[in-house]
Amino acid sequence: MKKNKLFTWITARFPLNEFSAKHLTHYFAPRNFNFWYYFGSFSLLVLAIQIITGIWLAMDYTPTAEGAFASVQYIMRDVHYGWLIRFLHTTGASAFFVVVYLHMYRGLIYGSYQKPRELLWLIGMLIYVTLLLEAFTGYVLPWGQMSYWGAQVITSFASAIPWIGKYIVVWLRGDYVVSGVTLHRFFALHVVGVPLVLLFLVFIHLVALHYVGSNNPDGINTDHSRASDETIPFHPFYTVKDLMGAVVFLIVFFSIVFFGPDMNGFFLEPENYVPANSLQTPEHIAPVWYMTPFYAILRAIPNKFLGLAAMAAAIALMFVMPWLDRSPVRSIRYKGMYSKMAICVFVISFVGLGYIGIEPVSELRTVLAQFFALGYFGFFLLMPFYTRFETVKALPEQLTG
Amino acid sequence: MTSKENLEEKVDEERRCFLRRATATVGGVGLAASTLPFISYWLPSTETEASGNPVQVDLTPLQPTQQLTIVWRGRPIWVIRRTPEMLATLPKLNDDLRDPFSNEDQQPPYAKNLYRSIKPEFFVAVGICTHLGCIPTYRPDVGGVSPSWLGGFYCPCHGSLYDLAGRVYKGVPAPKNLEIPPYDYLSDNMIIVGVDQGQKT
Repeated sequence: MKKNKLFTWITARFPLNEFSAKHLTHYFAPRNFNFWYYFGSFSLLVLAIQIITGIWLAMDYTPTAEGAFASVQYIMRDVHYGWLIRFLHTTGASAFFVVVYLHMYRGLIYGSYQKPRELLWLIGMLIYVTLLLEAFTGYVLPWGQMSYWGAQVITSFASAIPWIGKYIVVWLRGDYVVSGVTLHRFFALHVVGVPLVLLFLVFIHLVALHYVGSNNPDGINTDHSRASDETIPFHPFYTVKDLMGAVVFLIVFFSIVFFGPDMNGFFLEPENYVPANSLQTPEHIAPVWYMTPFYAILRAIPNKFLGLAAMAAAIALMFVMPWLDRSPVRSIRYKGMYSKMAICVFVISFVGLGYIGIEPVSELRTVLAQFFALGYFGFFLLMPFYTRFETVKALPEQLTG
Repeated sequence: MTSKENLEEKVDEERRCFLRRATATVGGVGLAASTLPFISYWLPSTETEASGNPVQVDLTPLQPTQQLTIVWRGRPIWVIRRTPEMLATLPKLNDDLRDPFSNEDQQPPYAKNLYRSIKPEFFVAVGICTHLGCIPTYRPDVGGVSPSWLGGFYCPCHGSLYDLAGRVYKGVPAPKNLEIPPYDYLSDNMIIVGVDQGQKT
């Protein structure tokens, strides 16, 4: 390739060639990545969509109790393509969790959290928690009824802390109830604070990934520093594969943006089209779908402190999963019967909890939620036992498929 | 003998270690102290605090069983005029309640009684569920929430129940009775919320 002068000037001063070699053309990934391996790159794509649309929305949004709701309506009705930018952002929020949950599920079934990728998993979990925080602070901004009461309920979580809890709640809100003060600080966190943390975490997630190398559906070791029968360079092979996946993803994504951005209340809740009213709680409040599994756990336990503790434990257990799995193999393909059943129970419980968290409280649903919560916690807490005492299949010498 | 080896001999490890620790300690304390303004910044500002001024409420228009909601410190404050029948339900419920005698510090001392109010007839409370901050609905309808319901408050968020004195039922997520704000009677039909009984404004 003929190098032009500018390129030579830059490469004499910046390791552009070395960088792209190390991370793209000479980064050798296992050759058998399947469908599940799309979701990491989709997450990056959605992150880019969120950042760009977010910057544009911030140009017309007013973060005050008086102006917030009206400014969102203004964006929707009067700003050119404001509706598109906003629907891209709201659909992007849910899409982010769709791809992140599928990305995490991939890690779960192929044992991508096992040694030597424990830290990679931990950083990923931090990204997940940061993303929940980003989603929550963003959800408050339109200042509808669900925004307001969601903020009221979630900031009240801190009141379960013994002794100092009620002072922490006031400190978090900057007021005695959720108010314009709270809204304004959530805006600052949503557009500057949390995204910076998120970008930093994504960066070190990739640094850690490229240091230990990608796992694969067989869960056996491959060398990412050398070309072999088992590996292919990330570029052009996986860049092209991901590009093709991105096209399909964007078709689905834009179908939702154009034809059903509220997804029947799953992505945008109808109650949030009513301006925030600090004197009236809606008849039925529920968080957006991606938080409902944890919300259902909270409601399943009729005790404030224990309910919140269980909800926190549900997330904390995901962090420690690398140390709960005692299986000699990584991938579900070679794990035994117990592990396969456990993952089934986990998926059913997680989806079941998610469904119950959306619905209003009833006695039957509370019992069901308790049942599913048992499945959820059982999956993690029994993992050290069922992974150790099951018969696993022999690992292949080479990558299959 | 190279100059490098000479240098190594001259290094006083103990002194270097002390200096390193001293620098880290002083720097660490400074760094910790510097977080104070950032943390304090999040507390309610003076303006927000000032908006917590006391509010006067005229009780004259309030009919029996009626509920009146006013705002103090941004929070809904209820005033409910309870009938003798409603008050008669209160002593019956002790076994169903978590804190029937109001032992938890959720009310000023002058409201620590069966009715959780200064005058039994008028119930004044902060209308915020002690679970996660939703506003419970006033349900005076006997048998309304459940067949044995004697009237009280029902929180739509997570199903917490309170009786007509804001005392929380057992077996619901809310841990405490509804909070009673500081208030006082200025005259027979005028109360002031935000000022303790006997305290001059």
